[in-house]
Amino acid sequence: MIIRKMLFASVAIACVAGPVSALADTSGKKIALSNNYAGNSWRQAMLTSWDKITKDAVAKKVVAAADPFTTAENQATEQAAQIQNMILQGYDAIVINAASPTALNGAVKEACNAGITVVSFDGIVTEPCAWRIAVDFKAMGESQIDYLAKKMPKGGNLLEIRGLAGVSVDDEIHAGIQAGVQKNPQFKIVGAVNGDWAQDVAQRAVAGILPSLPEIAAVVTQGGDGYGAAQAFAAAKRPIPTIVMGNREDELVWWKQQKDKNGYETMSVSIAPGVSTLAFWVAQQILDGKQVKKDLVVPFLRIDQGNLETNLAGTQKGGVANVEYSLEDAQKVISSAK
Amino acid sequence: MKISSGTIRLLIPAASLILLLAAVFYMQPRAMSYTGLNLLFNLAVPIALATVAQMLIMAVNDLDLSMGTFVSFCACVTATFLQSSPAVGVLIFLSAIAAYAAIGVVIHLRELPSIVVTLGMSFVWGGLAVLMLPSPGGEAPGWARWLMTSRPPFVPMAIVASVVIALATHFLIMRSSAGVLIRGVGGNVRSVERAGWSVIRIRAGTYALAGFFAVLSGIALVGLTTSADANIALRYTLLSIAGVILGGGEFVGGKVSPIGAVIGALTLTLAGSFLSFMRISPDWQIGAQGAILIVVLALRLFLNRLEKREKSR
Repeated sequence: MIIRKMLFASVAIACVAGPVSALADTSGKKIALSNNYAGNSWRQAMLTSWDKITKDAVAKKVVAAADPFTTAENQATEQAAQIQNMILQGYDAIVINAASPTALNGAVKEACNAGITVVSFDGIVTEPCAWRIAVDFKAMGESQIDYLAKKMPKGGNLLEIRGLAGVSVDDEIHAGIQAGVQKNPQFKIVGAVNGDWAQDVAQRAVAGILPSLPEIAAVVTQGGDGYGAAQAFAAAKRPIPTIVMGNREDELVWWKQQKDKNGYETMSVSIAPGVSTLAFWVAQQILDGKQVKKDLVVPFLRIDQGNLETNLAGTQKGGVANVEYSLEDAQKVISSAK
Repeated sequence: MKISSGTIRLLIPAASLILLLAAVFYMQPRAMSYTGLNLLFNLAVPIALATVAQMLIMAVNDLDLSMGTFVSFCACVTATFLQSSPAVGVLIFLSAIAAYAAIGVVIHLRELPSIVVTLGMSFVWGGLAVLMLPSPGGEAPGWARWLMTSRPPFVPMAIVASVVIALATHFLIMRSSAGVLIRGVGGNVRSVERAGWSVIRIRAGTYALAGFFAVLSGIALVGLTTSADANIALRYTLLSIAGVILGGGEFVGGKVSPIGAVIGALTLTLAGSFLSFMRISPDWQIGAQGAILIVVLALRLFLNRLEKREKSR
């Protein structure tokens, strides 16, 4: 009777212990991508990267499934319903690019309560139980001034092209640029326009302000507006200043042309759409039982004079320079956050 | 056995809801549980409230195109003022309801098309919401959060809430004398007027009542999401109209069904989940949602025609 009880107890322990040891294996885990919008080149590149990396991961049995879902109307309530559906579908982790930093918190909480790992990136959520992979946009703005300070120690006049008014990303990049200018007082921002991250808008805005400006040494930008600014300067027959680019294909092509023609020098910086794959690997690592800090910072993608050609070669026509992250990259990001 | 036309009106939306539910259960057996049902339907509660509000407006032959922005505005008030200083929050809600009554009066007095007035108001509400909450945030009042995440025994909160909303509005609109008057204005204004009722008062009251339900919708929404942003409920304008029509209501004639409207809202929500479970690409999802609407409406037209043929016999 005692032996029987002991046997029973050991079986019970084995049953309890079983799942714990299985935790290190993610081959049976399912990960879903909840995406709120797919209507521009950046988001399309993001979805393509996700597809490429996760298909490979599924084929190699790293995870069982990694399905992307995109809401049709870019609305928070719709995405909240989508996340709740994912809970029902039994996913083990949900990777989110959120329509709103706060309006999904209820659904995210439901997911956490159901034992699901939630990782948000790019459009992050504020719910404390979720992981966040954010971009340090402020550092991105500051890096532009740092580059210019090295290139032209004497300083000069700057034209700032800002993004879409009222969006937090615009505020953060702008704050970074201002911090940079404060650190390097030889630079002076003599004009600022809103380019809305679109070449045509930027071109119109810059053309409008140019006649009132003194000589411009450099243009600081937010991405998606450098090419338009260059066109405006060319149309006004003014000397073309150093324009910081934003990794868009048309910007890189223009840069390459100028570089070949007269040795034009600049740099280009933006966030890579492949950050979705970084979020995927982070989710996989969390499912794997790794200790991961809740707030991670994704490195931005910078292109310099030296690696322009290689980056341009890898960029699709009309697309954005991209980098897809590997498991090792994710592990590096995780360990550097500790 | 003779089935009344009202019952038939209710039968089709109910049948389509059950059909969709069966399909969802078949595809995703996990949904067939307490938590599952709650997850499927909890976001339908604010939609159901907005649909009831829209139904009231439609009962007097008008249409409210500001429903989505107004619910967003209410959500912003809930997440800011109602949470930090409840008295101010309640005051804002009371004035918003008064504003709705005023809109009803203006539409009636100047004989303006309601679509134009409410479309204009949608920008007012949207602007106010942005002023109040320029960037997404705020916090849900504890009681709203508690209410929306409460776990009553046996039946999940989403179902209880839907049933309560349906029954309460059913008695209000279909069984009370005030409800008869509201529907009367939609059906035949002149006869209501000749019977000595003040149509302007009825219209103002109806709009105020609609405003009240929209306020409830905003509160319920924030209770679910925990915070708000100024664009949180923009979809509700179209969803609420579709819900009323799906539930057996008509654009004119004061023909509305509160129970149907709630069922319509549930059906629309479920249709979204159904399509997501089917793994239909998002590019097709809006189209597929439209297709479901058309099928249900076609079915109703077909039954309406049958009904007429039987009557003429």
